[in-house]
Amino acid sequence: MQREEHTLDVLILGAGAVGCAAARELSRYQLRIAVVEKEADVAAGTSGRNSAVVHAGFNNRPGSQMARLCVAGNQGFEALCRQLDVPYRKTGKLLVAFDQEDLAVLGRLRDQGEANGCRGLTLLSQDQLREKLPQVGGIGAMYSPETGIFDPFLYTVALAENAVANGVTFHFRCPVTAIQAVPQGWRVTAGGQIFLARCLVNAAGLFSGQIAQMAGVPGYHIYPCRGEYFILDQIADPLLPLPVYPAPRAGAGGLGVHLTPTVHGNILIGPSAEYLDDPTDTASTQEVMDQLFQEAQQLLPVLTRRQIIGAYAGLRPKLAPPGEGGYRDFVIQEDRPGLIDLVGIESPGLTASLPIAREVVGLVARTCDLVPKADFHPQRQGIRRFRDLSPADQAALIAADPDYGEVVCRCQTVTRAELRQAVENPLGVKTLAGIKYRAWATTGRCQGGYCLPKIAQMLVEDYGLAPEEVTYRGPGSPLFTGRVK
Amino acid sequence: MMRTRTVDVVIVGGGPGGLAAAQGARQAGAEKVLVLEREDRVGGILNQCLHDGFGLVHYRQALTGPEYAHRARQEALAAGADLVTGAMVTKLTPQRQLTSVTRQGLLTCQAGAVVLATGCRERTRGAIAIPGTRPAGIYTAGTAQNLINTKNLMVGRRVVILGSGDIGLIMARRLTLEGAQVLCVAEQRPLPGGLERNVSQCLYDFSIPLHLSCTVTKIFGAKRLEGVELSQTDPQGRPIPGTGRRMDCDTLLLSVGLIPENEIGAQAGICLDETTNGAVTDPFLQTSVPGIFACGNSRRVMDLADFVTIQGQTAGGNAARFLQGQPLTPMPPETANAMAKGLPQPGVTTCVRCPKGCRVTLTPEGQAEGNDCPKGEEYAKQEATAPRRVLTTTLKIAGGGLLPVRSAAGLPKDRLMQAMEILRRLPPLPSPVALGAAAWKDPFGLGIDLVATGEPAVPR
Repeated sequence: MQREEHTLDVLILGAGAVGCAAARELSRYQLRIAVVEKEADVAAGTSGRNSAVVHAGFNNRPGSQMARLCVAGNQGFEALCRQLDVPYRKTGKLLVAFDQEDLAVLGRLRDQGEANGCRGLTLLSQDQLREKLPQVGGIGAMYSPETGIFDPFLYTVALAENAVANGVTFHFRCPVTAIQAVPQGWRVTAGGQIFLARCLVNAAGLFSGQIAQMAGVPGYHIYPCRGEYFILDQIADPLLPLPVYPAPRAGAGGLGVHLTPTVHGNILIGPSAEYLDDPTDTASTQEVMDQLFQEAQQLLPVLTRRQIIGAYAGLRPKLAPPGEGGYRDFVIQEDRPGLIDLVGIESPGLTASLPIAREVVGLVARTCDLVPKADFHPQRQGIRRFRDLSPADQAALIAADPDYGEVVCRCQTVTRAELRQAVENPLGVKTLAGIKYRAWATTGRCQGGYCLPKIAQMLVEDYGLAPEEVTYRGPGSPLFTGRVK
Repeated sequence: MMRTRTVDVVIVGGGPGGLAAAQGARQAGAEKVLVLEREDRVGGILNQCLHDGFGLVHYRQALTGPEYAHRARQEALAAGADLVTGAMVTKLTPQRQLTSVTRQGLLTCQAGAVVLATGCRERTRGAIAIPGTRPAGIYTAGTAQNLINTKNLMVGRRVVILGSGDIGLIMARRLTLEGAQVLCVAEQRPLPGGLERNVSQCLYDFSIPLHLSCTVTKIFGAKRLEGVELSQTDPQGRPIPGTGRRMDCDTLLLSVGLIPENEIGAQAGICLDETTNGAVTDPFLQTSVPGIFACGNSRRVMDLADFVTIQGQTAGGNAARFLQGQPLTPMPPETANAMAKGLPQPGVTTCVRCPKGCRVTLTPEGQAEGNDCPKGEEYAKQEATAPRRVLTTTLKIAGGGLLPVRSAAGLPKDRLMQAMEILRRLPPLPSPVALGAAAWKDPFGLGIDLVATGEPAVPR
């Protein structure tokens, strides 16, 4: 079989938020760029499985890249989301203290945050905390006004779509199997195709250590650290208008079990922190599920288990081994000529993704001449959400396209027109998960019980997929074994 | 386009409760009665319930779901109700103004009275928080029923069913008839949740194992389901640690409870039961918001569609009387379900000819005992000698779509799988036949026709 060969200036390995941000920022220049991704869609790893918070930057050591890039990312996030039509809300955030030790931790965090350049951090007394959020437990708190929430999946999709609009090519279901240094740069085999690139960007997240090793750079060890979550029904408004975290405890691998409202109105509980060997093990466990709920109730006593509609888990790609705890700084460097390694990009990697991408641009410039494109389009338009519009706008939309008058997902009020746009997405993804995250169908309290049959039928009848080709997350995850008859 | 209509009674939902409420409202004198149904046909979940056994109370006759839906629709239309399909109600105010989304635009109604007949939804894997991975191949039983019976999509081949509610039991039989292997039905509690007749006719008839005091405690498989861990449970239904064993399967169906659907009512501020999420009503089926009534599964999940119909009629009638300032009628006493639930007793036949469900035993001399009427004796004797079952399934239509059908009479119980095999070899129907007409004349050589029970589920 003839292998397809692609000759490129830059090949990005991994379509998470960082890889897609790098693709988008590099697409400002006259470069041939491609992204290879082993999964069937963007944000299939850590980027799509987290707390969906835009951090302010007070958690990280002053002087670290994490601190600098997080603060920079936070400050540009709102504008970026507006440009890319991504749901974002600057909610602020509360860190709650339960004892004197916690209060001391919060004082130190505020000082650290101020050293990092975070704006507006304030310590609240118990009374001030009650005034801000009466339903929350605790004896005091720190308030961070610059923290926000967003949709990390749509964020990554938006970066990728904008990159595509500016000439970047995406190759899904292409796991990297070989990397070779060649005189022109790098020769990468992925998904049976050959990519020749002058510059490689290793944005492989949980697999960035393995990718670096394949490229001849040993020594990066990624320790997957699982965080489990519960998703609660859309009860955030007005119960939880902003994320509420406990004061961080020393040595923890994460930020502690917290409560976060989502831009869709749900509440997330989590994450736990548990080191594993398997970088793909996103299973939920009984022990953690029980513990999560208990801890969440400590923060917000009115929660009940009946509000749970789902669970998920993500893996942090940590450089800090078990036992060390805390964080090691992001690695963003050219380890070999034309090989840019992005390793250990855990939280606050999403917040910092654009500044990280700008660092990447600087590193690519060492190998490639960066000539700005005259016709770069920084804007991206997402799917127009029927649910968010005024009745007059809804009526106008239905008049223009009757598919907007057919509600398919009843929990989230997603119409056939939105689903059609989600199926016809610019990245060509046709998985149910891809449609789910783009249109936000199947994500409500019935978890697709009502709309899944309709979406499946749409894929088969309107888009010509064989029943066996309708998958949840790409090859190996078929939803159906065929037709009944 | 935005249209506003002034209507006497608006009914949200066109399932059996909503259709009966429409009929009840018209019969009690309401002039303009409108049913808003989100699907492209009324009938609700009945449309996907191919099996028979509906209607024993209300129509004194065993009907399939589509047949029952057809009757309910005819009665609502005959009473003069206006049935609007493809209308998803998205807003309801305490002043009884409703907004619904249709392909023709937004439809706003100012209603004199409202009846909520919004049914229920299934409890999901997420809600019961089963640990493990999140692969494809996990469905709620009703969703699987919809996929198989109306969308012609097969959910899997080796199936474990968690929960012995009626939908789970019905799906165990349905999947078996369509060629899947149902490995077991696991029930967390010590007794099955569904009707005795369903345990008997859906599981025992097909030798499907029923594991009582047993639940799923873990899901395996990264992409498609590969197996589940089954654990024993204690008398409170909690898994007993250390009793887990893995069972390989590619599909898990969940039949773990139904939750009244009241998101529309909640917008208007109606009071909901904290435990069940059911709409709280007074004895006249009026919710805590005057002029808004509720009936059927949105109030309390019911065992039989018949009870939903009876309650719907009262709710609709009271909606009309509310408008007229007439005294309201209390709802009929909630008939205790005479059709026994749980485990069939050995040696005892529960008669299914009427809803009384007499428990009939045959003496060694062949005498029937425990039956209230001759039908019980006849049924018990037939069960003992030559049991027969009505076969319900679908037929493929050449142009696409599935036609629900039933055998015109019972087939010998041991011929059901063979009958399905014969149907698999027949060509698709050239076109759908009318309800009640023979789709195939005597296809099994037993002198029994296969007749259409409803409209075909047609792809858009």
